Amino acid sequence: MTDKCHPGINLGIRHGEAHQHAEKVMFGFWVFLMSDLVLFGVIFATYVTTVTPMGIAGGPGPADVFDLKSVFIQTMLLLTSSLTFGIATLMLRHEKGIRNIVLWLCVTLGLGLGFLTLELRDFATMFASGAVPSRSGFLSAFFALVPLHGLHVAAGAIWIVVMLAQVAIFGLIPMVKTRLLRLALFWHFLDVIWIAIFSIVYLGGLA
Amino acid sequence: MTALLDWGWPLGVFTLEQLPFVRAYNNPTTSELIGAGAASLVVLGGLAVLVILTWFGWWRPLWRNWLTSTDHKRIGIMYIVLSLVMLSRGVIEGALMRTQQATGLNSGFLTPDHFSQLFSTHGTIMIFFVAMPFVAGLINYVMPLQIGARDMSFPVMNQISLGLTAVGAVLVMISLVLGQFSTGGWTAYPPYTGKVFSPGVGPDYWIWSVAIAGIGSTLTGINFAVTIYKERAPGMHLFRMPLFTWTALCAAILLIFALPPLTVSTLMLALDRYLGFHFFTNDLGGNLMNYANLFWLFGHPEVYLLVLPAFGVFSEVIATYSGKRLYGYASLVYATMAISVLSFTVWLHHFFTMGQGANVNIAFGIATMVIAIPTGVKVYDWMATMFRGRIRFSVPMVYATGFLILFVIGGLSGVILANPTIDYQVHNSVFLVAHFHNVLIPGVLYGMLAGYHYWFPKAFGFRLSEGWGYVTATLWIFGFAFTFFPLYVAGLLGMPRRSVSFSDPSFQPLMLIAVFGAVLIMGALAALVVQLFVSIRNRKVLAVPLGDPWNGRTLEWATSSPPPEYNFAIIPTVTSRDMFALDKARGTAFEASQNYKDIVLPKNTAIGMIVSIGGTGLGLALVWQIWWLALVCVTGMLIALIGDTFRKDVHRVIPAADVAREHKEWLKKIADAKPVNRLEEATPHNTGFAAQEDAQ
Repeated sequence: MTDKCHPGINLGIRHGEAHQHAEKVMFGFWVFLMSDLVLFGVIFATYVTTVTPMGIAGGPGPADVFDLKSVFIQTMLLLTSSLTFGIATLMLRHEKGIRNIVLWLCVTLGLGLGFLTLELRDFATMFASGAVPSRSGFLSAFFALVPLHGLHVAAGAIWIVVMLAQVAIFGLIPMVKTRLLRLALFWHFLDVIWIAIFSIVYLGGLA
Repeated sequence: MTALLDWGWPLGVFTLEQLPFVRAYNNPTTSELIGAGAASLVVLGGLAVLVILTWFGWWRPLWRNWLTSTDHKRIGIMYIVLSLVMLSRGVIEGALMRTQQATGLNSGFLTPDHFSQLFSTHGTIMIFFVAMPFVAGLINYVMPLQIGARDMSFPVMNQISLGLTAVGAVLVMISLVLGQFSTGGWTAYPPYTGKVFSPGVGPDYWIWSVAIAGIGSTLTGINFAVTIYKERAPGMHLFRMPLFTWTALCAAILLIFALPPLTVSTLMLALDRYLGFHFFTNDLGGNLMNYANLFWLFGHPEVYLLVLPAFGVFSEVIATYSGKRLYGYASLVYATMAISVLSFTVWLHHFFTMGQGANVNIAFGIATMVIAIPTGVKVYDWMATMFRGRIRFSVPMVYATGFLILFVIGGLSGVILANPTIDYQVHNSVFLVAHFHNVLIPGVLYGMLAGYHYWFPKAFGFRLSEGWGYVTATLWIFGFAFTFFPLYVAGLLGMPRRSVSFSDPSFQPLMLIAVFGAVLIMGALAALVVQLFVSIRNRKVLAVPLGDPWNGRTLEWATSSPPPEYNFAIIPTVTSRDMFALDKARGTAFEASQNYKDIVLPKNTAIGMIVSIGGTGLGLALVWQIWWLALVCVTGMLIALIGDTFRKDVHRVIPAADVAREHKEWLKKIADAKPVNRLEEATPHNTGFAAQEDAQ
């Protein structure tokens, strides 16, 4: 058994069974993320084809509906949440105790919920100004891509809550540890997607 | 949106006129009566199953041993049962279409709408609910045995995948009884399948059956890939894996990468239909080309993920029945991988005529032709494997022979179609129908049936009747040839596909030959059923409990038939390709161990059934816009899935003593058995212990 059995932060040999078990489940989760990435990839491709005069179809375009200030705050919230989840993972790896892990998970959850709140507020503003998905191909693609990421974040938030419950009920048993590792991967993955959304949808749209 | 707010009528947009019985009563034409007849068959069939299960008291064993099982072998068998049930519907629909076109000179007995439903359900069923589950079932059963594993990496997810696939199939079956299926073909091109042109529930049935089953397939792909990468027995290097496992790996990779575009395109179509989005509409910035690209970005890899495992089956079958190791193993592996990669570079050849420039078409045309090269390598490898082998012309070899000849013809007609200038002439004609049936039937279906015959004794401990096997295989081969070769000619004469009738009398004789072929195929289906029935009745004579009826070469034959639920008492150590053949030659294949260990297996769980029932409810609720039911099903499934993660006690242990006892009993039976030589393989002397006179 080596100290590193999968890409990303490993628990290390001293975690015994949890570390050993992680090889298979983490590999499986990487494969799942790869598939999810293809899903996002084809939606990105669809989106890019709609940011055209034909796709916008005389409706509001990117410059009319995007609020870069709000999106920048969302970006900062989400990137910080990835950092805090990273800290939680290190707390797990270095056995700094349940209290620290729970604390940093809660901070991550709070930042994630903050992101979702701002994102929903942006959507509400867009809806109020008539920028609804049924207005144009461009808005359809926007509302397929960005809320899908938001849906993933919401799923991640629910998952954090579930894991908090499992940490409370079971303690840090191997099953809980490898689930926390997978949740961490999922959460960082959402950051990667968001960076692509921020660059392509928002910066690209306003450039 | 009004339906969203309308909670008064609890069944959404469902009305009594949606029942085919009511439609047939109001409008008793032949077409409606056939629809009502098919619906009655589904209802009566369902009732018959319920009655039989109750009468024989099979509910409890069904639940305990099958529906809640996480054993990859049982899940594999259930996939194949699902596939065979759906195959019978698909074949009957095909024969009905042939009959319609045989009488279709200016008329026929079906309405255009009914005919359109038939080709839509036929295609959807054959691809998603016959070919896919058959392939998934065979891989599920065989692959873990071939790599010396105890089970899949994720047994519970495996069960959920099966549940989701079953949801899709059940929705298509229900569409016969409640409402109508799509008329938009198996590809469901918008804008025709959009709300404007198809306001009914048909496309919604298509969307949800395909989307839900598709999620199951994605999970299956992940499971296969992880199992092959992480569960191989010690010493089973990638280049020591049997070729069927290699093709399973390629199919898994294709599933992981190719299913997401399908999920995206179906869900976007759903957003267009339900919430007024404009992805693929004619107005307000929609673009149907996005659908064509997304769908075929899935659709082309899909045909390879079906045919590659069939190639894998033929590789095993031809090597075993030639009594030789496979010729050109490495070249077969490289060819399989090359096909997998190339399969992502050719999707545009499905719509050469939809407005790209000539240069784009040529690039995809050349990429398409290039696929013929690795495929040709494979054909030569199979032939070289047979060369100077001691060939037994058993049933799977009949399929393999039919496959080699017919598939090459189908492949060559594909190379012809890959040329865009020719494609312009014959696209949308029955020439295309002839081509893809020519690769899918001899390629995928013969492969799966050969695999079914080859591995059936492994799964159930008795062989299938050889006589009825020859009848079945011969009928499939000639039935195919008579049905589809005339379509090449009709296509070249200009007969369009998907047309309920025609006005050119020169098509008529060709259609009559084709309907004769359809009769033969119906006979093949009947013979398949008879073969199973006869074999079960004669199972004592056909029994091969010792596990190796064909003098097999790979690890799945190194265990009893049926294998114990833990597959291997001792996980084998692998030092070469064709490990079991080597072990038998050295005389070390059947040895007891000093070192039996406790075996940990996953406990049974009902989560797959919960997801399956919830998914069916959700699909129906979405089709009929019954929002309260959708909410109940989604919430129920979420609670069940999350609740399942709180189960801590998910394993059970089989004590080492039990493992040792079962293993030694089997070894003793082998020690007492009389080995059977290859000439007596199809006789009652075969108990599954192969003589080694001609080992090499």
